[in-house]
Amino acid sequence: MNARDPERIERYGAATRINHWIVAISFVLLALSGLALFHPALFWLTNLFGGGPWTRILHPFIGCFMVAAFLLLSVKLWRDNMLQQRDWIWLRKIGDVVNNREQNLPEVGRYNGGQKILFFTIIVCLACLLLSGILIWRQYFSGYFSVDLVRLGALAHAFFGFVLICAIIVHIYAGIWVKGSIRAMTRGWVTPGWAWKHHRAWFREVTRGIQQR
Amino acid sequence: MPLQSLDVVRRSATTLPSPEVRGAHTGQVAKLIDTTKCIGCKACQVACMEWNDLRDEIGTCTGHYDNPADLSEHSWTLMRYAEYENPKGDLEWLIRKDGCMHCEDPGCLKACPSPGAIVQYANGIVDFQEENCIGCGYCIAGCPFDIPRISKKDKKVYKCTLCSDRVAVGLEPACVKACPTGAIVFGTKEDMTQHAQERIVDLKSRGFDQAGLYDPAGVGGTHVMYVLHHADQPLLYSGLPEKPRISPTVGLWKGVTKPLALFAIAATAAIGFLHYIGIGPNETDEQDEDAARREQEKTP
Ligand code: HEM
Ligand code: SF4
Repeated sequence: MNARDPERIERYGAATRINHWIVAISFVLLALSGLALFHPALFWLTNLFGGGPWTRILHPFIGCFMVAAFLLLSVKLWRDNMLQQRDWIWLRKIGDVVNNREQNLPEVGRYNGGQKILFFTIIVCLACLLLSGILIWRQYFSGYFSVDLVRLGALAHAFFGFVLICAIIVHIYAGIWVKGSIRAMTRGWVTPGWAWKHHRAWFREVTRGIQQR
Repeated sequence: MPLQSLDVVRRSATTLPSPEVRGAHTGQVAKLIDTTKCIGCKACQVACMEWNDLRDEIGTCTGHYDNPADLSEHSWTLMRYAEYENPKGDLEWLIRKDGCMHCEDPGCLKACPSPGAIVQYANGIVDFQEENCIGCGYCIAGCPFDIPRISKKDKKVYKCTLCSDRVAVGLEPACVKACPTGAIVFGTKEDMTQHAQERIVDLKSRGFDQAGLYDPAGVGGTHVMYVLHHADQPLLYSGLPEKPRISPTVGLWKGVTKPLALFAIAATAAIGFLHYIGIGPNETDEQDEDAARREQEKTP
């Protein structure tokens, strides 16, 4: 499979895919264990982790692991997620986006405006979750901070966890909505038609052999 | 164990009522600590250790009388000694028995994410049920009085129980029983408030015109109250908070924001579902493939 294969265009190499799914699985575990402590109605989720104390023990470690895994992934994806002029136009035409009227949208590079916003939302959320998570990590760290800071940490952690969960729901739905996207992350390739339709500028770069990945 | 008491009026992280058919019909309880009668003998500390079978580490002298230096999972109550030079230039030794205040509106319980790890009985006592504790330490952030302590060994939090086990069978708390000067008394909240008023009248007649009762309204009142010589300056008593209340940050964290956030998460997923049903997926068809192929062929 190479970039000029007329039937398949490579979108993600094996390393990137594995990296992505490590992040994704960690995220699901984090969201489940976090939500378990978030609201009494969801406390039963602690059963998935071996009970309340185990949930409390595991959650922050999975969190640190996920931050590290995402850091790797973000280094790889950073350059393609820089916002450009055309992304803002794309974002302003969000009505056409959700109504599948792609012909009205500006050409999209490797990522569209929505994907780039998601990328930075995740970065901000993870940074804040990491910092606030350390504040409320009673076993090792909370003792070093004033109680007011720990309270703020708890509030911020719940808030950014909430934002990230909503953002990832949108992300997952986007994959279900735009057919052919999930295969890009499971098998690594997309059809030329898919690339032409959704990421035309990237399609042209790849066809001209400028960008390979 | 906690539910057997049938008088649980509040239970942490629980949205429906707990068994609470037994009420406190003879009145809620309160412990009144009269700092003006306390001689700092620490009999109460010892009684607490004995009744609850607690032995703290033997520490080192920190230069003052407080020993141990702070509350811990093994020391649920502690005498704190403050040296205060009053405006007349006289030294006053303000001794306060520190420990859980048994708030009517307990911040610890509000913050706790584990169902039934903290309960409040009809008589007002706030009790930790360690078998349900997950060790997150949220109660420490929730408490306005810096009371709960987490054990390094079992990662459970501990604090004064107001001898709920003794009170349940009609005995007074161990510290009350041990106090040689009657500085700690125990009874219904009503009786204790009244007794405090008598003490305050007496103190005022003897020149302590700021004497008063510490029963802070910010936490709905407490089931451990103090008579203070300087009720206008509680901070003199080793940092007793002036206007304690559940921190607004904790209120926001544990308030309506939580169900609202859950609703928003569910709504986000629901909107996705409706979008899929209403507008439908964005698919790539043969025309797109053809267009792509034409471009690929044109490109050198
Ligand atoms: C980045 C590293 C992270 C660290 C160090 C961390 C740490 C913590 C800690 C210490 C707690 C307190 C409960 C406990 O002891 O388990 C907690 C709770 C929680 N975490 Fe995280 N976490 C991290 C990432 C995340 C992520 C990515 C999410 C979202 C998916 C998340 C969602 C939550 C939620 C919802 C709670 C419950 C908050 C509440 O009770 O209001 N965390 N986290
Ligand atoms: S003093 Fe602290 S630990 Fe005691 S009931 Fe009030 S909030 Fe809970």
